[in-house]
Amino acid sequence: MEFFRIKRDIPFMRHALVFNVVSFLTFAAAVFFLVTRGLHLSIEFTGGTVLEVEYAQTADINKTRSTVEAMGYGEVLVQNFGTSRDVLIRLPIRGDIKQSEVAAGVFDRLCAAEGGTVSPRQFTTPQGAQVSRPACTAAAGAEPIKLSRTEFVGPAVGRELYSDGVKALAFVVIGIMLYLAFRFEWKFSVAAIVANLHDVVIILGFFAFFQWEFSLAVLAAVLAVLGYSVNESVVIFDRIREAFRRYRKMSTREVIDHAITSTMSRTIITHGSTQMMVLAMLLFGGPTLHYFAVALTIGILFGIYSSVFVAAAIAMWLGVKREDLVRSGGKEHDPNDPNAGAVV
Amino acid sequence: MNRYPLWKYLLLAVALVVGLLYTLPNFFGEAPAVQVSSGKVTLKLDAAVVPRIESVLQQAGLKADFVHFEGNTVKARFADTDTQIKAKDAISRALNPDATDPGYIVALNLLSRSPAWLTSLHALPMYLGLDLRGGVHFLMQVDMKSALTKKAESFAGDMRSLMRDKNIRHAGITREGNDVAIRFRDRAVLAQAQAVLADQLPDLQWTESGDGSDFKLTGSLKPEAARRVQEQAIQQNITTLHNRINELAISEPVIQKQGLDRVVVQLPGVQDTAKAKDIIGRTATLEIRMVEESTEATAALRGDAPVPFGTERYLERGGAPIIVKRQVILTGENLTDAQPGFDSQTQEPAVHLTLDAKGARIFRDVTRDSVGKRMAILLFEKGKGEVVTAPVIRSEIGGGRVQISGRMTTVEANDTALLLRAGSLAAPMEIIEERTIGPSLGRDNIDKGFNSVTYGFAAIAAFMCVYYLLFGVFSTLALAFNLLLLVAVLSMLQATLTLPGIAAIALTLGMAIDANVLINERVREELRGGASPQAAIHTGYERAWATILDSNVTTLIAGLALLAFGSGPVRGFAVVHCLGILTSMFSAVMFSRGLVNLWYGRQKRLKAVSIGQVWRPDGAPSPAAESKG
Repeated sequence: MEFFRIKRDIPFMRHALVFNVVSFLTFAAAVFFLVTRGLHLSIEFTGGTVLEVEYAQTADINKTRSTVEAMGYGEVLVQNFGTSRDVLIRLPIRGDIKQSEVAAGVFDRLCAAEGGTVSPRQFTTPQGAQVSRPACTAAAGAEPIKLSRTEFVGPAVGRELYSDGVKALAFVVIGIMLYLAFRFEWKFSVAAIVANLHDVVIILGFFAFFQWEFSLAVLAAVLAVLGYSVNESVVIFDRIREAFRRYRKMSTREVIDHAITSTMSRTIITHGSTQMMVLAMLLFGGPTLHYFAVALTIGILFGIYSSVFVAAAIAMWLGVKREDLVRSGGKEHDPNDPNAGAVV
Repeated sequence: MNRYPLWKYLLLAVALVVGLLYTLPNFFGEAPAVQVSSGKVTLKLDAAVVPRIESVLQQAGLKADFVHFEGNTVKARFADTDTQIKAKDAISRALNPDATDPGYIVALNLLSRSPAWLTSLHALPMYLGLDLRGGVHFLMQVDMKSALTKKAESFAGDMRSLMRDKNIRHAGITREGNDVAIRFRDRAVLAQAQAVLADQLPDLQWTESGDGSDFKLTGSLKPEAARRVQEQAIQQNITTLHNRINELAISEPVIQKQGLDRVVVQLPGVQDTAKAKDIIGRTATLEIRMVEESTEATAALRGDAPVPFGTERYLERGGAPIIVKRQVILTGENLTDAQPGFDSQTQEPAVHLTLDAKGARIFRDVTRDSVGKRMAILLFEKGKGEVVTAPVIRSEIGGGRVQISGRMTTVEANDTALLLRAGSLAAPMEIIEERTIGPSLGRDNIDKGFNSVTYGFAAIAAFMCVYYLLFGVFSTLALAFNLLLLVAVLSMLQATLTLPGIAAIALTLGMAIDANVLINERVREELRGGASPQAAIHTGYERAWATILDSNVTTLIAGLALLAFGSGPVRGFAVVHCLGILTSMFSAVMFSRGLVNLWYGRQKRLKAVSIGQVWRPDGAPSPAAESKG
């Protein structure tokens, strides 16, 4: 089986302008939404309290919301999480309230709203280990609501995570640029980073537009995708260098077209395989991994587009020449040197 | 050309066996167990308890898989929960004759079911993070400012005694923020003092200032000394937390330093945050009181008379009763430090205490009036007091430097110092992050993560096998080998597996297949170009390697950034991601090559390789084998 039966090089670069205009428009839209709507940062970044409760019956979100709102914590967010019985409640930081007690207080109230009282109860796990946890007990020993998870993050931690996230992004960008500049040439390094940063901005734009929750896991996904889709550009640049050496008569534009065409098959198959894995996470990973997988999906799709069409085009416009690559380093002249540059 | 030397095959075989061995323990699950740990700081658990527990179990007619001593707990594993509960009761009755004052904590627990021979190879199952097993997570911030202030306080005490010893007249010693200042009326005296201070207190940086007749010397902590102080403070807090958390009898609590001034506490299985907070926040208190040695007291000790008015009866660490006065001379608040060491004259093991200024003054007054008498140092825990040590006062002790020595071994000196310090936190702590995860949610998360990896893997495997035929099978085997190695390495490192970690495993596998796609595509291309099958395999692997390296380096850069700047869940993701990239380079290139070589390498006249259809644009038949540069 062979999916890609391409007879001659596809003239991608003839449409370079179109690709870049499309890119630019998407990018501008992403920036626009980032500025106007902003990211819906998770409490890991903003600080605050999150409770996840499980109702015995389908939860009445409005009732839950009004119960929590009556406590006066300011802007609270109440939403379903995964199933109709699981409810996620998010509370902002309030300077005058002791944060560590918020979660317990809210659970008390929710329990009272279901007609129960909170008291510690001993549970024995199936393995025989004993655990004690506060449980909401209503009449006849029923448990109308269960506390699945709570999380509280102080404001200082949030600020730090935010700055650490920015630092991590900077580290990745600088590290990759240095590596590419060392491995190829500065024009490629600039082109690759511009192309892939534009991916990052687009992912963020999606999160801003749909107001999806931007958590630490999503940040991890974004950085992982950045490293991953840069190697797409690397493969193409490797091919460009190889083609410059091998086909002395080709113009820069033809060389780039040839490089993109011949890596096409590998690009699609690799990304397809990675996407299969991500899809499995999206389908089976549950709500915790949901946005992580979503960020990866967007990243992978735009990663192909940008590193194939945008990075090469930018390198072309930056005026990449045969001399830039062939000249650098005497030992790289030998096309048979297996370490000279990889090709696919 | 496609043959591996024997050593390469051996290396692969060894990697495979080691991988299997260390992955194995993860499949055995957990068995019920009973865990015995010390219930008091003053009671040290040692291996001698093991035979005791064994005999108790034998008498009760219960059979344990094993009973062993590990770190500072004794664990016994049982076949079923029934035996476990009976064993718990039996052990508890035997070890704690007085149920109201338990010396040992006997708790139910879970232990890996993996056989002993695996455990003896240090092949242990991966440790599951809180999001997978449920529990409480706290991130605590240590207030370093107050640790430094406390240290400055103790330096002020040192300076006072130094000045007195050397007979240098000063006009007052004060603590100013984290610095200490000493004033003089005379320039010459200042110079003299400066020489002494610089010599005796090398941790401080001295600067001179002053106007007219008032000369001032300010000592500030050198940066490296300040760092050391903070290091010690956090270490002491961790020790204290350990002691307190021990009491909760949690299977594997995590108490770790994070960054310069933070402590992570993770209590798996605990669902009751309030109780956990209560225990973490509790302070054991230390008190110094005088020992009552009147005739009535000695009579009371023998049990002939009631304890005299204004006194109390406590037990010493050895178990002997002792009568102490109710009046408290000093509390732990005045104790800034306790370190084991040696007596400078007799070279006997000793414990050196440092008191703050107020403590030093009181202590001097008390010791001056009571030379020859005994004083008792009591540690109160959970509302019960115990005498840690009751030394005789040999002379007046000023300056806040106290030495307890005599009839102590080095181990005892160490223990005593630890006990004295254990009473308090070196610096207050505040909870800045808190997370609880219910046990059923944890179970759910495991299933979800596991399912994602399985289905994702299956999809990739199916695709590879269909698209690349036999080479696809090799690629799939290489990917499976990668998963095996990754899990083995994580188990070897005893890394904590979290849900983001599982996500990283999935993602890493998805990315790792890239290497094999690169290789397979390249081999196809060589074949398309007309290379002979053997040459195509050879050049295909050779050429793809540089690209694989390149692409992995860029991914690794991102992984390292996450490792360096990430915290909590992201770190777990980053660790797995980075390790996965490394194992994938080994498995995707070397292992799959090994398989290919094993299969095709020996066939001299290889006509075709099973790598799926190789399509040629011109539709021409395969040209003669000839390698093209």
